[in-house]
Amino acid sequence: MPKVADIQRALEPTWCPGCGNYNMQKALLEVLEESGMDFEDYAMVWGIGCHGNGADFYRAQGFHGLHGRALPLATGIALTNPDLKVIVNMGDGDGYGIGGNHFIHSVRRNIDMVAIYHNNQIYGLTTGQASPTSDQFMQTPSTPGGVVEEPVNPVGVAVAQGATFVARGFAGDVEHLKSLYRQALDHHGFSLVDVYQPCVTWNKVNTFKWFRDRVYKLEELDGYDPTNRTMAFEKSMSTFHELTCAPDECKIPIGVFYREAESFTYQDGLPQLDRPMWKHAEAPRDISKILEAY
Amino acid sequence: MAEHKTLATTGNSVVAEAMRQCKPNVMAAYPITPQTTIVEEFAGFVAKGRTDCEYVTVESEHSAMSACVGASAAGARVMTATSSQGLALMWEELHIAAGMRLPIVMANANRALSAPINIHCDHSDIMGARDTGWVTFFAETAQEAYDNTIMAVRIAEHPDVMLPVMSTLDGFITTHSIDRVDVLDDASVSGFVGEYRPKNPLLNTEAPALHGSFAGLGGPFFEFKRQQREAMESARTVIKQVGDEYAQISGRPFDVIDTWGMDDAETAIVVLGSTAGNARHVARELRAQGEKVGVVKVRVWRPFPYAELAAALKGVKAVAVLDRAESFGAEGGPLFLETRSALYDAEARVPVVGYIYGLGGADVRLELIERVYQDLSDIAAGGVAPGSLVYLGAREEA
Ligand SMILES: Cc1ncc(C[n+]2csc(CCOP(=O)(O)OP(=O)(O)O)c2C)c(N)n1
Ligand code: SF4
Repeated sequence: MPKVADIQRALEPTWCPGCGNYNMQKALLEVLEESGMDFEDYAMVWGIGCHGNGADFYRAQGFHGLHGRALPLATGIALTNPDLKVIVNMGDGDGYGIGGNHFIHSVRRNIDMVAIYHNNQIYGLTTGQASPTSDQFMQTPSTPGGVVEEPVNPVGVAVAQGATFVARGFAGDVEHLKSLYRQALDHHGFSLVDVYQPCVTWNKVNTFKWFRDRVYKLEELDGYDPTNRTMAFEKSMSTFHELTCAPDECKIPIGVFYREAESFTYQDGLPQLDRPMWKHAEAPRDISKILEAY
Repeated sequence: MAEHKTLATTGNSVVAEAMRQCKPNVMAAYPITPQTTIVEEFAGFVAKGRTDCEYVTVESEHSAMSACVGASAAGARVMTATSSQGLALMWEELHIAAGMRLPIVMANANRALSAPINIHCDHSDIMGARDTGWVTFFAETAQEAYDNTIMAVRIAEHPDVMLPVMSTLDGFITTHSIDRVDVLDDASVSGFVGEYRPKNPLLNTEAPALHGSFAGLGGPFFEFKRQQREAMESARTVIKQVGDEYAQISGRPFDVIDTWGMDDAETAIVVLGSTAGNARHVARELRAQGEKVGVVKVRVWRPFPYAELAAALKGVKAVAVLDRAESFGAEGGPLFLETRSALYDAEARVPVVGYIYGLGGADVRLELIERVYQDLSDIAAGGVAPGSLVYLGAREEA
């Protein structure tokens, strides 16, 4: 089975030194090795952004699509070959902004795939403009007067929209992130893994240290029940409003917010998916009976 | 002539400056390389209070153009800027802007379209928007990009036109290189563009208007389109008038095409945008060796200057058209098709050769232009054309 060294391309990544994407790649590579999946067992889909440049740094079948369109692209792949594990990598601008509608509908559809968001709260690739997850009042080259609006709350939106697996990770904690990736790969349904991925070049506020001073693990929280949607929603809202506060005033939960063991996926709703699409061609359906009436 | 200062600056920077000077009321935009710095600089003007424009950072270009359409329909002077995939994503809204006759002014940093992924200069994005009904300018230099942006406002808002105008400049080559630019003083520009007085703004409470409603079967849809064509035809005259007036304050004569050496040229290159500079450079060297070569640069792409181009090419023995965009399945690139069309009524039949060059930022080396002139001189001397379409400088194996 492929090892990390086989899955990783022998290319020097173009990410800035210290970028959170390195740890995210490390975590994913190690989990892919552990999973025992072969190259033909999974496909990776990428949006456009610094995260998307990762497409070149894995040896994996897949598609590097358009800015914002990774989820529908991945949907097409997942429906055509239901045996594939489809892993989607997106940015916060990419997947919550320009492609934000696809996020809501992929959750709603509970399409069986893993959606990893490299959430650096900034447009990294286009050099540092505010993104939909940038904090309110944050000053960036596109918002020198400060961001006017409130950020998107991806975890809250997913929980409210009925998502069946919702997790948040931090690129500064690889072991924890690996456990989230493992659970997301195991989950039957749409798995959201929103990862705080510090952009060391453009986001000088939400740095590794900034997160280290604030994150705590939900699984270590007394009485937290990740099968309780109301609890998950409450937790997701607390973070949302406390993002700009001092470390002693607020904490940011990471871990699995919500999980539904048995979930009905979009794929489950399609009888055609008892086998991959291409196998249908081996036994074309006889539609002459239906046509008799006409 | 108006007051002016000479700056060493980039195309994007002067486009942002021109926009500030034209005093838009609303700008909605989304970043994309190599446009981003236009809007970033403009955002800086907003933050420093150098313009009272309402500026909104939306979540996509589709939203950007939608917001521009809404603001323009409501009666605002509206501007934005984009590039490549951004322009492509705006596509359906581009038609709304033109169909609803909204005088939005947009800068486009010309860039290749995916797939495969590429961020460098070519004209595929703008050619994809060719039939959306926008008056469209190409700039060779930062200076032209500045001038075109200011003229665009007057042309767009002219009562005989009332169409959106796109002012394009070549990605990285013109957007990012430092160039010498004469910039007019604020008062001259604002005096020149004047104030926008919308005709039927939907926010006019005395005569509230609904824009964009159904005009289906039996409705006035067909007639709307004819009016759009008439407006585009009127733009021909208006562009010249505005160009002449602008020349009076800028000291820079303007025409829809720009010719070099065409008085007695035997062979000529027709080209859009920054490559005109490369072509002139080679033409100048060949002239020094006694070759009668010329260059025609097309500055206004829509409405296309058929008559002017035909007149400029009169008497030449062979023409090369350089296209930085494909029109797959057609005989050549978009500029080639227009040039052949422009020459249809010419008395003498001139051989026209189409070249596709520089796609995705592929280098436009001077040897390539020399090769084009060599082909033309062979044809003029009775040789055969090198096929109907040449991929100029493409490697045999990628
Ligand atoms: C339709 C379209 N608009 C704009 C762009 C330019 N663009 C490329 S990446 C990007 C944003 C990147 O931010 P994010 O998605 O958060 O990813 P990051 O680079 O931070 O990983 C933008 C605006 C594009 N490629 N396509
Ligand atoms: S710009 Fe930011 S997100 Fe992009 S590679 Fe550099 S550090 Fe990472």
